[in-house]
Amino acid sequence: MRRWMLLLFILSVLSTQAREIEVCHSCEVTSIQAAVDMAQDGDVIRIKSGTYREHDIKILNKSIRIIGEDYPVIDAEKKGTAFSIQANNFTMEGLHIKNISTSHTSEFAAILMAHSTNFTIRNNRLENVFFGILIEKSTGGSITGNRIKSKSVRQDNSGNGIHLWHSKEIKISNNVVSGMRDGIYLEFAGESIISDNVCRDNLRYGLHFMFSDHNKYLDNVFESNGAGVAVMFSKHIKMYRNVFKKSWGSASFGLLLKEINDAELKHNVFEKNTIAISADGTNRIDYVENDFINNGYGIKIRGACYKNIFTRNNFLYNSFDVAYTGRINENEFDRNYWSEYSGYDLNKDGIGDVAYRPVKLFSYLVTQTPEAIVLLRSMFIGLLDFSEKVSPIFTPKDLIDHHPQMKKIKW
Amino acid sequence: MFKILKYSFFDLTRSSWSYIYFLFYLLLGIVLLFLNNDLSNAVITLMNVIIILVPLIGTIFGVMYFYNSREFTELLLAQPVKRTSIFLGQYLGVAVSLSLSLVLGLGIPFIAYGLFQSPAIWDFTMLLITGVFLTLIFSALAFNIALSSENKIKGFGYAILMWLLLAVVYDGVFLLSLVYFQEYPLDKFSLIATMLNPIDLSRILILLKLDISALLGYTGAVFKQFFGTSFGSVISLSVLVLWTILPLLNIARIVKKKDF
Repeated sequence: MRRWMLLLFILSVLSTQAREIEVCHSCEVTSIQAAVDMAQDGDVIRIKSGTYREHDIKILNKSIRIIGEDYPVIDAEKKGTAFSIQANNFTMEGLHIKNISTSHTSEFAAILMAHSTNFTIRNNRLENVFFGILIEKSTGGSITGNRIKSKSVRQDNSGNGIHLWHSKEIKISNNVVSGMRDGIYLEFAGESIISDNVCRDNLRYGLHFMFSDHNKYLDNVFESNGAGVAVMFSKHIKMYRNVFKKSWGSASFGLLLKEINDAELKHNVFEKNTIAISADGTNRIDYVENDFINNGYGIKIRGACYKNIFTRNNFLYNSFDVAYTGRINENEFDRNYWSEYSGYDLNKDGIGDVAYRPVKLFSYLVTQTPEAIVLLRSMFIGLLDFSEKVSPIFTPKDLIDHHPQMKKIKW
Repeated sequence: MFKILKYSFFDLTRSSWSYIYFLFYLLLGIVLLFLNNDLSNAVITLMNVIIILVPLIGTIFGVMYFYNSREFTELLLAQPVKRTSIFLGQYLGVAVSLSLSLVLGLGIPFIAYGLFQSPAIWDFTMLLITGVFLTLIFSALAFNIALSSENKIKGFGYAILMWLLLAVVYDGVFLLSLVYFQEYPLDKFSLIATMLNPIDLSRILILLKLDISALLGYTGAVFKQFFGTSFGSVISLSVLVLWTILPLLNIARIVKKKDF
């Protein structure tokens, strides 16, 4: 009896063993949709190189792997979404998907993933797409090594590279996103990790958080986007070791913080942004060991900010290190290095003996009267700043770094 | 007039002052370029120098030259030469030699650095154009002052005061009025107020050419829109030309009537 049982078990395992379905123009199966329809859980669909003019390929409740060999091209011919998927334990890799149609009413995407768990989207190339990878109500997936490229011109008819909506525990890493509206957009997404991505030349933001708590983004590069990163209405975001550079334009930011609580910024580099950080309604944020280099404004605090702590940051050659509106509100600047600090250190402990006031009179005036900016770099302003530095009258009294460092902080 | 221009010009090229001025710019250009290693940063620093120093040197040099060459002028006045051509010739001698020192002094190090291959060439050209205009304007103003006051000390005092007014005090009043009227829309006002002062106009013209103009935000966008159009450039150019011509006309007017 037992032997029979074993035999039966082996048989059943054999019969459900993964099959491989090959798709190519000279194969038995020539269309991806047909291959998907044939496939059962655990199968592998191997797509050989070639161009497949297909759209709206539907994958429903099938735990399969789709593997492209030599980047087969799936051309949706501007007729809608390329893949829409609702499946668990699903993998897709090595595809080249292009020409997704744009729309004002529907969110057409190269890869649309909904109600799925444990998926992997790896090493795909998406080109000329509306939305790149759109994830809805899904948990536990990874999106790695994809290249998403488009040529968006206007914000209202372009989509996002990687878009998470109501999803959690997603890992987004090593992707390159350019020319989209937002590079990566998290909306109601939680516990996700975004690391080692490069977002450049996107119209609006490189990375965008909306109502997304407990996320981390690490080691990313944001370059030449409308704004590098916008974090809005989110809590407990950790931002480590990112590079924000060249967000340069009259309404551009490196990092835009709006209604953020309990976040942490550490070891980030902000270089050549018009405004490196613009903070509005942020509470309990620790800015530790970041570099602000050659920005127009280092930090612009717009008000309703409480208990933010800036410590051990390097402020190097910014036109304005800090612009500040409102009261001091328990915000703290301490132990930073300011390249404009001109004090001395008699006891040689590395801490300047004279406290430093990072807000210049001119930056104070400009926040009061924005038009005054036309006097930028005029001689009168230089004299004004100098006299204010010697005997401060206008700039906020408590906004002061009592322990300015004499040397650039190494971290 | 051209003969007198020639005499003044050669007289000045023989004097050590124009060489010092030339060497100063040469040194400045070299130091800036080879310490900075970045053309557009160097242009920003140069802008700061130009909008402060060029007017000051133009003013002082103009006044100084006028008082120093007084005896020569009196000698010339005794000859059958038109009065206006005497003074305009002298003025042009000063202005041209100063402009030449400026252009050569800054131009040589920049060309040596490889300006022609760099996209900063237009910023740099703008810098030189405004520099030359400021020289023309301020030496003309200086001649005006020197002509209307016989007393050297007084003349120097007025000249410095004039420079201080345009370079510093004007901006102070400008800023005060901006702050005082901050409830009103101020774009047009700031545009006009900038246009009226040659130093401010030069500063904005250069700033708008540089990356740093993004800092100007909304107001900057208004400015850029205005100066970006051909209408704006014509207006700003004609303001600079007016600032040069009006003092010159005044020189001609004073000279015709003045009893030497």
